[in-house]
Amino acid sequence: MSELKAKKLNDYSYTVEKDGKELPVKIYASEKLMKHMQKDKCLEQGVNASTLPGVKGKSLMMPDAHQGYGFSIGGVAAISCDDGCISPGGIGFDINCGVRLLTTNLTKKDVEPKIKELLEVMFRMIPPGVGSQSLIRLDDDQLHDVLLNGAKWCVENGYGVEEDLENCEENGTMPGAKPEFVSQKARSRGRKQLGTLGAGNHFLEVQTVEKIFDEKTAKVFGFIDKDQIVVMIHCGSRGLGHQVCSDYLRRMEDAYPDIMEALPEKDLIYAPSGSKIANEYFGAMCASANFAWANRHIIGHQVRKAFRRVLGDDVTLTTLYDVAHNIAKVEEHVIEGKKEKVWVHRKGATRAFGPDREEVPEKFRKVGQPILIPGSMGTSSYVLVGTKTAMKETFGSTAHGAGRLMSRFQAKKEFRGETVKNELEKQKIFIKAASWKGISEEAPGVYKDVDEVVKVSHEAGIGNLVVQLKPLGVVKG
Amino acid sequence: MKPYEYLEHTADAKFKAYGNDLAEAFKNSAYATFNILTDTKKIKGKTEKELIVRAKKKTTLLYDFLDELLFLLDSEGFLLHEITDLEIRENDGMFHLECTFNGDIFSNKYEVSGNIKSVTYNEMEIDEKKDNVMVQVVVDI
Repeated sequence: MSELKAKKLNDYSYTVEKDGKELPVKIYASEKLMKHMQKDKCLEQGVNASTLPGVKGKSLMMPDAHQGYGFSIGGVAAISCDDGCISPGGIGFDINCGVRLLTTNLTKKDVEPKIKELLEVMFRMIPPGVGSQSLIRLDDDQLHDVLLNGAKWCVENGYGVEEDLENCEENGTMPGAKPEFVSQKARSRGRKQLGTLGAGNHFLEVQTVEKIFDEKTAKVFGFIDKDQIVVMIHCGSRGLGHQVCSDYLRRMEDAYPDIMEALPEKDLIYAPSGSKIANEYFGAMCASANFAWANRHIIGHQVRKAFRRVLGDDVTLTTLYDVAHNIAKVEEHVIEGKKEKVWVHRKGATRAFGPDREEVPEKFRKVGQPILIPGSMGTSSYVLVGTKTAMKETFGSTAHGAGRLMSRFQAKKEFRGETVKNELEKQKIFIKAASWKGISEEAPGVYKDVDEVVKVSHEAGIGNLVVQLKPLGVVKG
Repeated sequence: MKPYEYLEHTADAKFKAYGNDLAEAFKNSAYATFNILTDTKKIKGKTEKELIVRAKKKTTLLYDFLDELLFLLDSEGFLLHEITDLEIRENDGMFHLECTFNGDIFSNKYEVSGNIKSVTYNEMEIDEKKDNVMVQVVVDI
C-alpha cells in the first residue's frame, strides 16, 4: 500500500490522502495529537473501516484515536442496516465498556480525612483484579434475565433505585437483546463476574469538581460547586463480552471465507445486513451490553453502600449518567438530507447527542446528553455535553478517553509501582490496587494528554466542556 | 534460543514465541500469554488438565488454543504453570492439537496483574522453517 498522508482541513480536523486522492476519512485532531496518531497504524485502520459495505458518509476518527483491531480505537462509522454490515471489530472485545458517574452531596472537606478507609471498604465490596469473583451468584435463569433486561434486573432484585435507570443510556436496557445467542462459554466466563471491576485500565475513582466551564449545563447535570465529590466507574462486560466478540469473529470467519480473504485485516470481518449471523451477533452484542450495564449498576450500588458505611447514612449518591464506549446501535440520522436508519459503530467513542433527541433523558434534553470522559490514573477526567454539530458531523459522537502512549512493557521498565503511588500521594491522590505491577502499567505518564483530547472535542464543537474532575482516591485491579 | 519475547505495542501486548517445531512454538506462546499476567514459574502445578482443539488453518488453531486457555482463566480463575505435553497432527485437512498441562486456581498468594481480554488475529504470523518456528500474536489487554 502506498503511503497514506494526513491532510489538514482546519486546526482541529484532517482527512487522509493516498496518491493525491482524498479518501472518505475524517479525523478530529490537533497537530499534537496527529503526531501521535501517525506513529501507529490507526490511519490505515480508519481507511480500512471506510471500505466496509454500506458505510455512510465518512469513516470518522475521534481525537483519542490509536491503533486497535479492525477499526482503530476512537473509530466511528455509520453503516446501513439495509444494505450494509455489522462488524464486531468495529465495536471491540469489551462490549459496552463504559463509564458511570455518580454525584454526591459531599465536599472534599468531608471525604479527604477518610479517603483511605473509604478505598479499603470499596476494595473489599467491589473486587478488582484478575480472578476476582463476584459476591453475587447467578443461576441460569437469573443470568438469562440479566442478559435480557440489564440494569432493570438489578433494580427489580434490590440493587439500586429506579432513578439510576432514568439516568442511563438506553435506561440500562438495550432493546433487541437475544440471550439465546450468547454461548455457554461466554456465560461461563461472565457468570461469577457481575459486580466486579476487572483489571487493566478499568478503575473506580473518587473525584472532586476542579473547574466548571459551563455553569448553566453543569447545574442541569447536578453539579453544585467546585470541590463537590463525585464517583466515576469505568468497566465493561467482563469475560462474557470478550467471549461473545471472539465467538462471532470466528463464526463470521468460517461463514464468509471469501470476504475474509479480501479484507486488508482479518479483525475487520463482518456479516452482511439481513444475514442470520448479523442478526444473531446483534442480539448477543445487545445482551452483552446489558450485562455491562448491570455490572456498572451493581458497582454503583456497592459504592453507595461503602460511602454510607464510612461517611454516614445521610450521604446521597445520584447516578448522573452512564455511557457506553464500545457499542453498535440502531440510530436514525439525517444523511445527505434524508433520514436513515443506520448501525452506528462506536469503538472507543462516546455518543454525544445534542439537544432535542428523544434518546436523551428528559431532564437533559434541552442542553444535550452528558458525555463522560475518563482520564488515566492521577489525571483529570471530564464531563462534556453533546451538540448539534456532533449530530451533523459525527453521527453524534466524540472521544472516550486519553488513549495509551506507551506499551505496558515499556511502562514497567520506566515506572515502579511503589514510586508512582508515593508520587501521587504527595499530590493527595490515594491508590488502592490489587498489584504494584498494575500501578506501573497504568502510570499517568503512559497515557496521552486527556486535556488536549477534550480541548479538540470542544474546539471542533463535537462535545463541549462542562466540568473538569480531579482524582482524590483510586481503586484499581 | 529464547522461548519468547515481548515486542513494543502501544495499547496491547505483542509477542513472538519460538520453537524447534510448531508444537514447541505453540507451547511457548501459551507461556508468553500467561506471563503477561503473572510469573508462571511461581504458580503451583496442583491441577492437571487436558485440551483438544481442531481447526482448518494453523492460525485458527493458534487462536483457538490460546482462547481456550483464557476461557479457563475467566471461568475458573485458572493460572498456567506448565505444559507437560503438546502434540499437533494433520489429518484429513484438519489440524488437531492435544495438550496436557497443569496450574492452579487464582488466590491472593499469587501476584497477578493486568487482564487479557482476548486473542486477536491482528499481526498474527506463523513462520515455519525447518527446525525453527516462530509465531507472533497480539492479545487485547
